Amino acid sequence: MTRPTFTLDGVAISFDEGQTIIEAARKAGVFIPFLCAHPEFPAHGSCRVCTVLVNGRAMASCTTKAADGQVVESNTAALTRDRQALVQMLFVEGNHFCPGCEKSGACTLQSLGKDLAVTSAGFAHESPTRPVDASHPDILLDFNRCILCELCVRASSDVDKKDVFALSGRGLDKHLIVNAESGRLADTGMATTDKAMSVCPVGVILWKRRGFADPIGKRPHDVESPRQRVEGKGKTS
Amino acid sequence: MTAKVRVATTSLAGCFGCHMSFLDIDERILPLLDKVTFDRSPLTDLKHAGPCDVGLVEGGVCNEDNLHVLREFRKQCKVLVAVGACAINGGLPAQRNQFDVGDLLRHVYFEEPGLTRRVVPDDPELPALFDKVRPIHELVKVDYFLPGCPPPADAFWAFLSDLLEGRDPRLPPGAIRYD
Ligand code: SF4
Ligand code: SF4
Repeated sequence: MTRPTFTLDGVAISFDEGQTIIEAARKAGVFIPFLCAHPEFPAHGSCRVCTVLVNGRAMASCTTKAADGQVVESNTAALTRDRQALVQMLFVEGNHFCPGCEKSGACTLQSLGKDLAVTSAGFAHESPTRPVDASHPDILLDFNRCILCELCVRASSDVDKKDVFALSGRGLDKHLIVNAESGRLADTGMATTDKAMSVCPVGVILWKRRGFADPIGKRPHDVESPRQRVEGKGKTS
Repeated sequence: MTAKVRVATTSLAGCFGCHMSFLDIDERILPLLDKVTFDRSPLTDLKHAGPCDVGLVEGGVCNEDNLHVLREFRKQCKVLVAVGACAINGGLPAQRNQFDVGDLLRHVYFEEPGLTRRVVPDDPELPALFDKVRPIHELVKVDYFLPGCPPPADAFWAFLSDLLEGRDPRLPPGAIRYD
């Protein structure tokens, strides 16, 4: 029996029933830019970076199931411009100073910006005031870099069963909070062995005393960028 | 012989690291100098820019003098380029944006332990600080951006080569950096 197939930028991609477009593409070694999609968690569709045209309609490829005969476009000039603008907005909404960030070289947002050839800020910076939480003996929270993807919220509630994090407020006021009366991480059950410790795509949830351990050139994304990871997998499997 | 392209460079609220990285083009500066002449720049020590083809601006805007120089560059340069993280997003100096400038000055000149004289410098020669450090595109129109802290020498080289050859500048993939 032949497997169902859709086309992605003209290339035939076969898939298993139930797979999303981004999953099927990833399996086939084709990179669709993404930010909040995490292979271990159900898709959330919050960042919209993986938006593609499905039969001409804009859909998030992380939440849209692949279907036989779909015509999907991803690598178009218009979608690239939209993705660049999304990345620029995420940068100016927070305080992202990559040269001094522990996550630099391992950050999905940074790598996405480079992959999309984003060179400018594009918008005026919001410069929000977001104090860090250094209360925990082993963990630092730098909220300045939060992109509100909710991965830590879900990891902490679904996997760690601790509910350490939550999103509060709406629209421009939306922000990440720590679920403790004091609001401080030290007053939660958060531990470095938690799943929530390792899911943040950017540099918010950090190990203390471990920053800048890998020199430039040897950091995870210097060795293999998210694109290379997907495309390389396609070559070897 | 065609006239040389006039290039001005300056560092506003920057550390001159971008200029150092520019100089890392090493001996390629010699063929560059066949085509380019430097106007106002730390390399020439000229104090004001004349009419130029290209202005390279390192650093963001943290005080009145920065703004004055930036406006001079925008006025005199046909093509204005934001060079480096600080010019593009404020960079390290902009990390003071979350604090009140008065508090910062008090902290540094009054409260720091070990100070021999406790006085906030207020000589009229000193340019007044702005409450926030701003990247340059928030104050003037910017034509191109060279990201990086600093941008690698190859980014300067690729960018200027394209510009001098009349091509739309395009950075090679590895030359786009944010750190
Ligand atoms: S979180 Fe990523 S994009 Fe933000 S400052 Fe850190 S490395 Fe840069
Ligand atoms: S802290 Fe990280 S994982 Fe949590 S919502 Fe913010 S960006 Fe996402």
